[in-house]
Amino acid sequence: MTATSGKLLKGATGDWEVVIGMEVHAQVTSKSKLFSGASTAFGGEPNSHVSLVDAAMPGMLPVINEECVKQAVRTGLGLNAKINLRSVFDRKNYFYPDLPQGYQISQHKSPVVGEGEVTVELDGGKTATIGIERLHLEQDAGKLVHDQSPTMSFVDLNRSGVALMEIVSKPDVRDAEQAKAYVTKLRSILRYLGTCDGDMEKGNLRADVNVSVRKVGGPLGTRCEIKNMNSINFIGQAIEYEARRQIEIIEDGGAIEQETRLFDPNKGETRSMRSKEEAHDYRYFPDPDLLPLEFSQSFVDELKAGLPELPDQKRARFVADLGLSPYDASVLVAERESADFYETVLGKLGSAKRDGKVAANWVINELFGRLNKEGKDIATSPVSAAQLAAIVDLIGEGTISGKIAKDLFEIVWQDGGDPKRLVEERGMKQVTDVSAIEKVVDDIVAANPDKVEQAKAKPAAIQWFVGQVMKSTGGKADPKAVNALLKSKLGV
Amino acid sequence: MTDFTSLTIAEARDGLANKSFTSLELTDAHLKAIEDARALNAFVLETPDKARDMAREADGKIGKGEGGPLAGIPLGIKDLFATKGVRTTACSKILDDFVPTYESTVTSQLWRDGAVMLGKLNNDEFAMGSSNETSCFGPVANPWRREGSNTNLVPGGSSGGSASAVAALLCMGATATDTGGSIRQPAAFTATVGIKPTYGRCSRWGIVAFASSLDQAGPIGRTVRDSAILLRSMAGYDPKDTTSVDTPVPDYEAAIGKSVKGMKIGIPKEYRLDGMPTEIEKLWSEGAAWLKAAGAELVEVSLPYTKYALPAYYIVAPAEASSNLARYDGVRYGLRVPGRSIGEMYEGTRAAGFGAEVRRRVMIGTYVLSAGYYDAYYLRAQKVRTLIKKDFEDCFAKGVNAILTPATPSAAFGVGEKGGADPIEMYLNDIFTVTVNMAGLPGIAVPAGKDAQGLPLALQLIGKPFDEDTLFSLGEVIEQAAGRFTPARWW
Repeated sequence: MTATSGKLLKGATGDWEVVIGMEVHAQVTSKSKLFSGASTAFGGEPNSHVSLVDAAMPGMLPVINEECVKQAVRTGLGLNAKINLRSVFDRKNYFYPDLPQGYQISQHKSPVVGEGEVTVELDGGKTATIGIERLHLEQDAGKLVHDQSPTMSFVDLNRSGVALMEIVSKPDVRDAEQAKAYVTKLRSILRYLGTCDGDMEKGNLRADVNVSVRKVGGPLGTRCEIKNMNSINFIGQAIEYEARRQIEIIEDGGAIEQETRLFDPNKGETRSMRSKEEAHDYRYFPDPDLLPLEFSQSFVDELKAGLPELPDQKRARFVADLGLSPYDASVLVAERESADFYETVLGKLGSAKRDGKVAANWVINELFGRLNKEGKDIATSPVSAAQLAAIVDLIGEGTISGKIAKDLFEIVWQDGGDPKRLVEERGMKQVTDVSAIEKVVDDIVAANPDKVEQAKAKPAAIQWFVGQVMKSTGGKADPKAVNALLKSKLGV
Repeated sequence: MTDFTSLTIAEARDGLANKSFTSLELTDAHLKAIEDARALNAFVLETPDKARDMAREADGKIGKGEGGPLAGIPLGIKDLFATKGVRTTACSKILDDFVPTYESTVTSQLWRDGAVMLGKLNNDEFAMGSSNETSCFGPVANPWRREGSNTNLVPGGSSGGSASAVAALLCMGATATDTGGSIRQPAAFTATVGIKPTYGRCSRWGIVAFASSLDQAGPIGRTVRDSAILLRSMAGYDPKDTTSVDTPVPDYEAAIGKSVKGMKIGIPKEYRLDGMPTEIEKLWSEGAAWLKAAGAELVEVSLPYTKYALPAYYIVAPAEASSNLARYDGVRYGLRVPGRSIGEMYEGTRAAGFGAEVRRRVMIGTYVLSAGYYDAYYLRAQKVRTLIKKDFEDCFAKGVNAILTPATPSAAFGVGEKGGADPIEMYLNDIFTVTVNMAGLPGIAVPAGKDAQGLPLALQLIGKPFDEDTLFSLGEVIEQAAGRFTPARWW
């Protein structure tokens, strides 16, 4: 597989290519931890979700949580990856107060998931394929609390032992846009699968970004790792900054030192955290407390059969079955909630076949546009899928015009209510009675002989008459009928 | 009253069932014996109140005919087993006065079956040692002394407190653990019977870990039958230990007295060490002769990788230990030496908390797992381990039922006599026992004779995986032939 070329950066000595590889840590959605029965719930009192195993009491032993394994396999399947029927848990040894065992149980040499790939959407309808190197299961650490005492730090072990999936990409990412698109897509897939909630604010999805630069076609440069990024925008900013920093150093005759760096979002800079010399020797070795993780192909097949439709499949279906544009389909499937909302609308429509496309327009332009403007999300939308479907039905049936529908949407957004009843109660129905419209048309034509002449000379001027008719009918006249009548009356 | 302490578990069980005496009487007699034997330093914590409460409860149940297989039997517990509400230290300063809120699976099964806890027994710190001299509570004295000598001898290790207490009639049996010989070597040094069952036979949950892939709990008793009775209660599958094996626990006692006629006994030629004391050699031949007399067939077998077992063991065990002991960092429990930084706190705590032998093994383990050394040491040792395992598999595939070897290269030695300058001198004690741990097999040490100075010597029988029954059958043949050995009381 070859990487899709990205944006080149101009330097004093020519164009530079950025090479990026990413390690995404995704917290597994599960009720209990990877090796203990303690709860994974967020926001409990400090140290309220800690078992004897999580606190590494003497003589405690880990027992694998099967649900976490299933989630990892589901994720692997969602990434079109090879599932390893045998994998091994290793100990990664280092000392830190948030790591009670003095080692993290992880998978070093034999991960549960092997190579796969993800297709990401780029601007202008382009796509790029990013290779997945591996996915493995590992334990999260606890959290240090520094602000409770002037002389001491405290440890909260609620997160200690929570299952993480580390998803390692191949160094296929070529610029900040691709990186952001990759994390966005990965997050979307995880959320569709229900294997990670993707909540980056809570740290449930975070990325380490490896960045190096090279002259186009040249040998790979030395990479720096930017740790613990928990915002897709920051990932973009950090890559831009880091690539520029590296180019400047090299062009000034310096050399890049392999190191771990942190991104400071306030300054928009990365800064050194520790150099290669300070790097840990983790002394990995197979955890003797755990047997190798083994399962059968039928276990994998069963999980595969139970997978939900993923964004790529859903988009293809929307395009093929409903005639959506690839762009609209992409917007709808990007977030599972949006897609679910749209599909609920479809389900409630009188004819999804006829009005699916109109419904997509309404969901994307009216609803998402409005939600965005007011800083709301789909979960807190004042207009429900049923209400939106009713509005689209009214348009599709010809009961109201698109213009009236916008007024109706506004009423529903502000005050709620059943759109069908609102249309009845407020007399918003489109006037389709030709004789009624004809009378209005006749009156306007009779009152404006000069305009009639203009229209006869220049048929486009007919629009002025349309406007007048709509004005005097309060927008309720059927635009098709108005047009037809005018054309025949004016003889254009 | 002292009569009570010389009973075997099997005898006491009958006496309790017949209401000839109560568990409280039995327990009090042992508590008194423990008090009188403090010079041995076998117990690091006596729990007389708890013992009497448990004895009363057992008596109640026996009275109602609800007593379990160990109802009312007073036992000692190696301090490596977590005991709920009772201080558990692994005989290391680093655990300080740690009191678990949980009970190890093995001990909870003993209490389930009605046993009574007398207290916690001394052991080498974190079970690292072959003489019980590395304990932070000081060395344990062997109840055996050389004829005409007042020199204190070691009881072996790491389960030195267990062996000494059982031999000195302070408890009717004891729990022990064996990572490289820690049940069998002290049993051999004290004329008691110790069995290390197959890896996975007993749950490791709640036992302070030394080397996870080698650690296995087992009993030390005064007879083969008593060991069989104890193991039946200790063994069993535990979902909390994924390395424990889900296979039914047989009635081991039923194997006692079963004919060994036609069994093939392997005599491994590689176990004939250069410079092996003639009395060990003699003991070995004698043991073979007894088994032959009982109808077994002797065959010479070869275990060619045996010679690599000890060096490989001293890579694998410290490697696992260095990681297992990382949790003792002063953060959550046990000893903490404050420092100005977290690094200082770690260093101060671990320097003050770990003894010299533990520090040595943590350093060896850290070294062999380090980048650049892992392949040369750890990985290679694991390969050797696979070959050692294969040695035994080949041997059993040829129809061999069990393998007979000496248990130790010598009898008990004096306190401070070995390992002072050269730790390898001490490590060589485990030369006959470590291979069994490396292969995950069951091994039993059975008293078989005495050396010229009147000190007990033992033979080891190595069995097929989960074939402890055969070891009990064969062990009893040796016990019948050799007789039982009791130390003269000097304490």
